[in-house]
Amino acid sequence: MGSTLSTLDPYSIPIEKIDVSNPALFQDDTVGSFFKRLREEDPVHFCSDSKVGPFWSITKFNDIVDVDSNHAAFSSDASNGGVALENRMRRNFIAMDPPKHDEQRKAVSPIVAPPNLRNLEGLIRERTAAVLDDLPRGTEFDWVKRVSIDLTTKMLATLFDFPYEERHLLTEWSDISVTVPIESDVERERLLRPCYDYFGKLWTERQKQPPKADLLSMLAHSDAAKRMDVAEFNGNVLLLIVGGNDTTRNTMTASILAMHQNPGELEKLRKNPELIPSMVSETIRWQTPLSHMRRTATADVWLRGKHIRKGDKIAMWYLSGNRDDEYIERADEYIIDRKNVRQHLSFGFGIHRCVGNRLAELQLKILWEELLKRNMTIEVLGPPVRTYSNFIHGYESLPVKVSS
Amino acid sequence: MPRVVYVQPTGTQQEVELAVGSTVMSGALANDISGIDGDCGGQCACGTCHVYVAEEWVGRVGGAGERESEMLMFAAAVQPNSRLGCQITIERDLEGLTVHLPDGQH
Repeated sequence: MGSTLSTLDPYSIPIEKIDVSNPALFQDDTVGSFFKRLREEDPVHFCSDSKVGPFWSITKFNDIVDVDSNHAAFSSDASNGGVALENRMRRNFIAMDPPKHDEQRKAVSPIVAPPNLRNLEGLIRERTAAVLDDLPRGTEFDWVKRVSIDLTTKMLATLFDFPYEERHLLTEWSDISVTVPIESDVERERLLRPCYDYFGKLWTERQKQPPKADLLSMLAHSDAAKRMDVAEFNGNVLLLIVGGNDTTRNTMTASILAMHQNPGELEKLRKNPELIPSMVSETIRWQTPLSHMRRTATADVWLRGKHIRKGDKIAMWYLSGNRDDEYIERADEYIIDRKNVRQHLSFGFGIHRCVGNRLAELQLKILWEELLKRNMTIEVLGPPVRTYSNFIHGYESLPVKVSS
Repeated sequence: MPRVVYVQPTGTQQEVELAVGSTVMSGALANDISGIDGDCGGQCACGTCHVYVAEEWVGRVGGAGERESEMLMFAAAVQPNSRLGCQITIERDLEGLTVHLPDGQH
């Protein structure tokens, strides 16, 4: 199969042969037509054979909300395989069921809650402005590297109060953790050893110091952390690195690409900058930076007449649900002032809903406020290179030029 | 139609008439009352329609249900009178219901 599948017409193969977990379909951006067929003909779909083993696909908006909200029947726990189709043994609060999940999430949540975000806003704006002012004019550069990665890495370093001059390490570890193809989980863990050691050291330091407002200090001084073992601590650190990195990075790139493909929407935004928050939500829906979240059935469940058995793997395809035109009108289109623009699946629903969603929105809002303020025109010079992954839905590069 | 009062953190009050059967969340969205997001559209799955029920109404409105409490657990600045607006259905006897909006939804 491999990448040859991606050149196939999704309607030319028997539906039971469709395997939407094939990363090639995401890399060449053809997965959308496969999801469309599943939504229309077999919205709760079973794939019996794939590189990630047999799995169910949930493809409709409301079905995804139901599964996401039912943590008793659909487990996220690492001991059952975690939250991605590719089994990961890593333990962190996204890959835990209550009550442990609740306790660890509550320790992290305040730093990305509204009052703390107001404290961060000035710093984010300052750093965004500096990155934009520093961009070359009239020559080609890679938006992903120069802007998206740079900005999100700076933000992460700020959140962790990580040594600023060494912040490139955060990007490296994030990439190793989820996107870079690596032979085995054992090898991956070996490559992440320096990350664990580094954070272990910072952790010990912060524990000894009085509490501060950064994530590591907040974690180190929390009651939840006292009951975390080393593997859980490492898992939570990586979760926060990846959660705050890939998703925002790829949505920043998406915003440039979406505007390039929809010049009328850019015009609309320039005339009505008050649409920026709405445009940010629409971009987060349009991109859906995490294609799926995985659950494992804890009991036999019936869904749309299908018998999901205890222990089965289930992928909630947010990317598909966000294109479900039974729930979202003209779902394939990018419309920055659409009605109910916040009602999308990209952050997930239920107790595992993205804890950093307000921070992500704030970063994107500031980026666009600063772009418009400078009247900068970002010209896209060629197609993006997309990430080879069924989990991280993003871009490796996007060639652009600042034309004014 | 019952009249519902929304109080912003700044103290500004907005009064709207809501149809019986609608909710505190949907009523806010329909009337452009800022401070309530309702990201899940009212399915008790996101926690972004967090409100504080005015003390004199707590008895009448009642407490949060099980799933609602789970979602509220992760909202910011939760108090004993915290509820999700999508789980408060407007009924005839809620004439004058007053809810206070939090500092932000999370």
